[in-house]
Amino acid sequence: MNAPTYNFAYLDEQTKRMIRRAILKAIAIPGYQVPFASREMPMPYGWGTGGVQVTAAILGPDDVLKVIDQGSDDTTNAISIRKFFGKTAGVATTTSTMDATVIQTRHRIPEASLHAGQVLVYQVPIPEPLRFLEPRETETRRMHALAEYGLMHVKLYEDIARFGHIATAYAYPVKVNARYVMDPSPTPKFDNPKMDNCAALQLFGAGREKRIYAIPPYTTVVSLDFEDHPFTRYRFNAPCALCGADNSYLDEIVTDDRGGRMFVCSDTDFCEQRQAAGHHGTESAAPHKEKAHV
Amino acid sequence: MTTIAEMPAGFADKVLSAQSTFRSVMDAMARPGSVQRVAASVGTPAGMMRGSAAIALTLFDHDTPIWLDAAMSATPDVARWLKFHASAPVVADSAIASFALIGDAANLPALERFAFGSSEYPDRSTTLILQVDSLTQGPAFELKGPGIDGSALLQAMIKPRDLFQRLSINEALFPRGIDVVLVHDDNIVAIPRTTRLIASGV
Repeated sequence: MNAPTYNFAYLDEQTKRMIRRAILKAIAIPGYQVPFASREMPMPYGWGTGGVQVTAAILGPDDVLKVIDQGSDDTTNAISIRKFFGKTAGVATTTSTMDATVIQTRHRIPEASLHAGQVLVYQVPIPEPLRFLEPRETETRRMHALAEYGLMHVKLYEDIARFGHIATAYAYPVKVNARYVMDPSPTPKFDNPKMDNCAALQLFGAGREKRIYAIPPYTTVVSLDFEDHPFTRYRFNAPCALCGADNSYLDEIVTDDRGGRMFVCSDTDFCEQRQAAGHHGTESAAPHKEKAHV
Repeated sequence: MTTIAEMPAGFADKVLSAQSTFRSVMDAMARPGSVQRVAASVGTPAGMMRGSAAIALTLFDHDTPIWLDAAMSATPDVARWLKFHASAPVVADSAIASFALIGDAANLPALERFAFGSSEYPDRSTTLILQVDSLTQGPAFELKGPGIDGSALLQAMIKPRDLFQRLSINEALFPRGIDVVLVHDDNIVAIPRTTRLIASGV
């Protein structure tokens, strides 16, 4: 059979070199968005074309790959990317956070703390945290050059003026290594503290916007806030209905058309590990309650 | 003059050797001061260590102007090898180089001669690849910065002796700056622009 074969991990070698150079500069300048010549990938924008290119550039035959979409290993996006690399790179895949060496994620950071040697690759839609405040790239680039981030604090202040608290719930801006303000991708702000002083290397890829950025291990990542309105995490005030966890980020599942709902862990691997260890939830719908989680 | 048949080989396996070498460089950059090993087997032109040759084949191509110091350009071997295996242009002006290969680190030119990048594009800077005498023995350097849990201890014989003093301009220039990869044989250590020297000679 003479079926055409892909180069290892799909991308051609010149593209990988270009992405690899961008990754090295991104690590050397934590939080700075390095422009790169993003390629068209065999999937639509918004499905992780940036993350896939970063993963393809770092992946080796000995790696064990995990892919999550909103914390889940078994959604379409996660499965298709896992199969993509299974086919084009022949790498082993897993759903276990602990066993993975490379984790590509869309919009969540796993609950289990990551260890040294792991790489977390984020799929990023809009890498520029200032973009909705200032649409011109020339201006946002100058603002980053001058570390002029007053506008972002005005945005957070306007939240307080309008709602009485900082209402930004996801893509909550952070300052990396006391220099660059960075968009952590649309992760819930519940996950922000996990980025600070993390043992794993964190890489961010935005395919459509053609940017790569990074947080090296053990780097200070501070969520922006005010002295009188400190950063707070946030989760539904309920235990997981499947595993009973009271410290994990929860998804709200609508169970009927009469207002019934239940809350389950967004991180499916975390939830399954807990259930395997004998933890169980009520498996019933819970009344809707919300509170700040510190 | 060397013919192509006499020229040292490149990677035995282009794809996987480049991948494993990149991961070593990435780990080195993400954990400054830690010694990483380049496992790929690679041919080396005279004057080039295995680590530098592997990094060259992993990161250099037609998009990356390369500057060679006097030791690397003493014979045409290195430039010819780079041109053949990586198609990388060798330039005379160090200020436009993406990478600079330094064979004789004792005579490292002033860092101002390389690209620091601009405030808007600090990534457009020269990465120095510096061959040194040892990365496992010699005076100790205590380092801190992103990628380092507390502090890291590097024992190395580095010329120029005042490399870290020179690199202290990275602190004033940040986010502009110079990133350095130290190479000895197949060992590599990265010193990105965020790394600071706490103490030396302890």
